[in-house]
Amino acid sequence: MADDKDVLRDVWYGRIPACFTLYPDEVTDREAEPFYLLLPRVSYLMLVTDKVKKHFLKVVKAEDVEEMWFEYEGTPLKWHCPIGVLFDLHASNTALPWSITVHFKHFPDRDLLRCSSSALIEAHFMSTIKEADAFKHKGQVINDMQKKDHKQLWMGLQNDKFDQFWAINRKLMEYPTEDGGFRYIPFRIYQTLSDRPSIQKLFRPVSSEGHALTLGDLLKELVPDVISQDDDPKKYQVVIHGIEPLFETPIQWLSEHLSHPDNFLHICIVPAPSD
Amino acid sequence: MSDNAESPTEPQKEESSPQNVASDSGDTAKTGERKKIDVLLKAVGDTPIMKTKKWAVERERTIQSLAQFISRFLKLEPNEQLFIYINQSFAPSPDQEVGVLFDCFGSDGKLVLHYCKSQAWG
Repeated sequence: MADDKDVLRDVWYGRIPACFTLYPDEVTDREAEPFYLLLPRVSYLMLVTDKVKKHFLKVVKAEDVEEMWFEYEGTPLKWHCPIGVLFDLHASNTALPWSITVHFKHFPDRDLLRCSSSALIEAHFMSTIKEADAFKHKGQVINDMQKKDHKQLWMGLQNDKFDQFWAINRKLMEYPTEDGGFRYIPFRIYQTLSDRPSIQKLFRPVSSEGHALTLGDLLKELVPDVISQDDDPKKYQVVIHGIEPLFETPIQWLSEHLSHPDNFLHICIVPAPSD
Repeated sequence: MSDNAESPTEPQKEESSPQNVASDSGDTAKTGERKKIDVLLKAVGDTPIMKTKKWAVERERTIQSLAQFISRFLKLEPNEQLFIYINQSFAPSPDQEVGVLFDCFGSDGKLVLHYCKSQAWG
């Protein structure tokens, strides 16, 4: 279906306008101008912020430079989460551009993983795809691929090449027609109001009676409090790629169309705006 | 990555060791609701083996904290890395909890983890 293919492209080219400012305590030779950038939702912070680093290194004293890290309103931002997930989780319903603070000192080892090179991002990305395929096909599809196919997935993401990435990724989205979907859906649920890491569990896209399970079914099983009762005002928003999909949407369709390049469906649960 | 789930009533969980299953029964009884899972640790390649392979580990313990424990147990040099794998295939993110991984990838009541000093499965 042509329409559904367009969804993949829309997801891939999702962008978030961001304004990077230097943390005021960083010692500078001269004033640091803010730096504006359109961030790809499906990429990773450390993969797209070379320009940010270069910009601020011009003013930061060289002896003060340690590993760069980012923070939004006091929350250190995890580079190993896709950018769109960080935004939806921490900055949904706030004014744009997204205002991110840049640090070069006091790396918060308790909150963040260090990211010494882009090889580490690649290793993390490929591992996550493999984990996703362990849910979908017992890992058989990704393990049957050649090394160059793995490289093509990574290069596609790194260089923002939709066609290059999807030429390989479509194989990871296949399943036997008679099964009606993947073995299990690779998903992660994040909650703003929880300091626990994300939730993931085995969840099949099709019920034992053979009907398609929905986003609502998934939420009911894993985070029942999130679904408001008929009369209650809505307390939470369930956000994927910045939108609130209908709870009736089949989870298999969401997995095929709204997953990130790492093949996980990242679902953010955030408090509903009070006004 | 910190063990965010750490509660004030369980100080220094980062430092505590997983328990040898064989000597674990008394403790489990005392701490009733503190849920633990069985983890089987297997060495890959020339990485030293651990005499005790099966450990009872708190569900909330992260992969990173488990890797630190193994490194200390094997007395690895500070500059030596340790990689942990599931299904002999992928390396879970260091901030993932073993309980979550057990629910998804455990079998026969335990989670099998392979550990290695170099990247075994890329």
